[in-house]
Amino acid sequence: MTGAASGGIAVVAVVAALTAAAFVPLIGHARAGAPLLDFLTAPYTLRITRFTLLQAGLSTLLSVGFAIPLARALAHQPQFMLRGTLLRLMALPLGLPALVGVLGIVEVFGQRGWVNGLLAAIGLDSRLEIYGLTGILLAHVFFNMPLAARMVLSGLEAIPYESERLSAQLGFTPAQHWRHVEWPAVRQVLPGTLLLVFMLCAASFTIVLTLGGGPSATTLEVAIYQALRFDFDPGQAVVLALLQLLLCASCYLLLGRLGTDIDPGMTLGARARPGSRGSGRRTGDWLLIAMAGAFIALPLVAIVISGLVAGLTLAMPPIVLGAGWFVLALGFEGPFSIAPAAVVAGNALLALPFAVRIIEPAMLGHAQAYDRLVLSLGIKGLTRFRLIDWPVLGRPAGLAAALAMAMSLGDLGIITLFGSEDFLTLPYLLLQRMGTYRTTDAAGLALILGGLCLSLIWTAEWMARPARRSTP
Amino acid sequence: MRRLIAAALALIALASFAHAKETLTIYTYDGFTSDWGTGPKVKAAFETQCDCTVDFVALPDGVALLNRLKLEGAATKADIVLGIDTNLTAEAEATGLFAPHEVTASGLTVPGGWSDKTFLPFDWGYFAVVFDGDKLKADQFRSLKEFIEKQGPEKIVIEDPRTATPGLGLLLWIKAVYGDQAKDAWEKLKPRILTVTPGWSEAYGLFTKGEAPMVLSYTTSPAYHMIAENTQRYQAFAFAEGHYMQIEVAGMTKSARNKELARRFLAFMISPGFQDLVPETNWMYPAGPISKPLPAAFDRLVKPAKSLIFSSEEVARNRKTWTEEWLAATSR
Repeated sequence: MTGAASGGIAVVAVVAALTAAAFVPLIGHARAGAPLLDFLTAPYTLRITRFTLLQAGLSTLLSVGFAIPLARALAHQPQFMLRGTLLRLMALPLGLPALVGVLGIVEVFGQRGWVNGLLAAIGLDSRLEIYGLTGILLAHVFFNMPLAARMVLSGLEAIPYESERLSAQLGFTPAQHWRHVEWPAVRQVLPGTLLLVFMLCAASFTIVLTLGGGPSATTLEVAIYQALRFDFDPGQAVVLALLQLLLCASCYLLLGRLGTDIDPGMTLGARARPGSRGSGRRTGDWLLIAMAGAFIALPLVAIVISGLVAGLTLAMPPIVLGAGWFVLALGFEGPFSIAPAAVVAGNALLALPFAVRIIEPAMLGHAQAYDRLVLSLGIKGLTRFRLIDWPVLGRPAGLAAALAMAMSLGDLGIITLFGSEDFLTLPYLLLQRMGTYRTTDAAGLALILGGLCLSLIWTAEWMARPARRSTP
Repeated sequence: MRRLIAAALALIALASFAHAKETLTIYTYDGFTSDWGTGPKVKAAFETQCDCTVDFVALPDGVALLNRLKLEGAATKADIVLGIDTNLTAEAEATGLFAPHEVTASGLTVPGGWSDKTFLPFDWGYFAVVFDGDKLKADQFRSLKEFIEKQGPEKIVIEDPRTATPGLGLLLWIKAVYGDQAKDAWEKLKPRILTVTPGWSEAYGLFTKGEAPMVLSYTTSPAYHMIAENTQRYQAFAFAEGHYMQIEVAGMTKSARNKELARRFLAFMISPGFQDLVPETNWMYPAGPISKPLPAAFDRLVKPAKSLIFSSEEVARNRKTWTEEWLAATSR
């Protein structure tokens, strides 16, 4: 266990260092004597913080609220045609640049969209008005509900066959089945899912502004963008980014508490291995806090290493991450020579929380079930990974890879800082075409992007498909 | 093996040959360097007469350009920075990174004339409310006052002045016309605003999708639709008070490795070799002499009676206050 723990600590340290590395140079650029504290308590900052919380909270509840029944339905119908296609399609919104998604939503629900066309056709006078909170929620559910559903589904699919059989033997009603078999499984993945969706919505920018209907719909991310671009005040940007980080961290703590208080399944791992693992985690946390510098102080006790990694990187606005690294790169070779590496590293960091969230529940359950047996049989290292771990972790790993791929494919945060004439990505090119009247080109590119995204997702899942095992 | 060595030698020879040429590095925005944009043609034209290599580094827009320069400071690789507008030149000047252009700029055709010693204009245009001719008529609004004060169901998509240059343009336009009353004007305009987008692309995308019959863009936007899409559907309103201007400029850095070469480029920039390309690749008005008349579609564009513009210093001094005023008026 010690080996794995120190490995974990190393990963956390690297992630924390990379994140801190973005902050430090920006702080160096901060305006001397800028009244940052006044700014932090200004009515404007409070107002946008409140709105960020409101829209992200509602979006999360709606997305996950819809995702659970959908995932349940998908779990109950393992055989129907096109199920695989549907599942893959569900990873697609993640890979779409927000602007493309927004235009798609407008096409369906907008002023002249299909829905309003239908309402008019059947002679109804009422119209759907999406600009405002409605539009924001609609778009966020579109982008995040599929992701949430896939995560909940992965939880449901991990229900052991024995439980299903027992439930059938006992003649459980659907309600009882839900209560005793499915809910515990969903509960396991729920905190992670809620947290991820919350963070994605909190950091939403294009959607919030475009569909929000006006500046009363302003989130922290908008203010960060403004501070770093128009006002060029990196100090302010860092303060706002920290505020956003803090929001997400509190959300994490809250959810973590919910998870541990109500769901004994979450803490089972700790009870099964008292001592060594627990203290390893605490050490990791301390190290992380030290590494991440003094910029954030979090209560440590309840923090799971992976969870904090998730909190750190996803709550980190890509534009801040990119700008910080850019300044850092200036000190060395010049940013363009490290551009590909920076883009890859940045996107990897941002996708890490997803991967962790998806693989962690499977990993925990798996470890609980097999650790002792494997230990007693003396299976170690690669052999253990190949024979014992991979058959179970392959599927979640594939899902995680697919989602990470989709996310990085659609990235527009980091590439805009490091991109150049010779180093472009599809979404960036798409944005360029949109910006020079070429909307038809952009639509074509969106299609290519979508196709590419789907085939990558398909490949990732195919490569991680579980080895065929006889059904018990 | 011998072939491999020969190939390697050839490659080295080629590389050193390439090194013998001077390189001129130009930071610009990406619309300029895109393969249908002005950049590639400018590169080809200038390279035939300078015996140098033109390298573009493309950034999302003028604001990003200036920020990049601030981040890089004196260590910047840029010889020329091309594509910031006059709303930013005071801030750009204040960085102390730019050198005087020292180019005789007598043939410039920018309304209001040009006297800046650091920056030279390469194109300019007017902001305008562009409308969908299938839904509205050109005489619906004959002035900014009418547009703001006449109540009606027709909506407009505008850009956010906190994040986009056209958004800032409208803010300054209303300020130029309304002065101290600008806040009231925004409150009156508010019900007409369908939504406020972070950039021009989102706004124009929503507009061409038919979400709103009006969008804040440029008087030259209809020229694109007339020339490239052969349609008269999208036109701009002519406002009696005049239209707010945007002038795009370029300057050379103090750290330019070959100042002589950089100056030659700036002189080329305001000559017909560059200016002829502007109307149909950048969809703006040329800032210097051209050797052929403007495309016919440009004759059909709105020609504002008056050009409105604040000095760069005024914008730099007031932008924050005016943006806050806008926020207060439209957030409620």
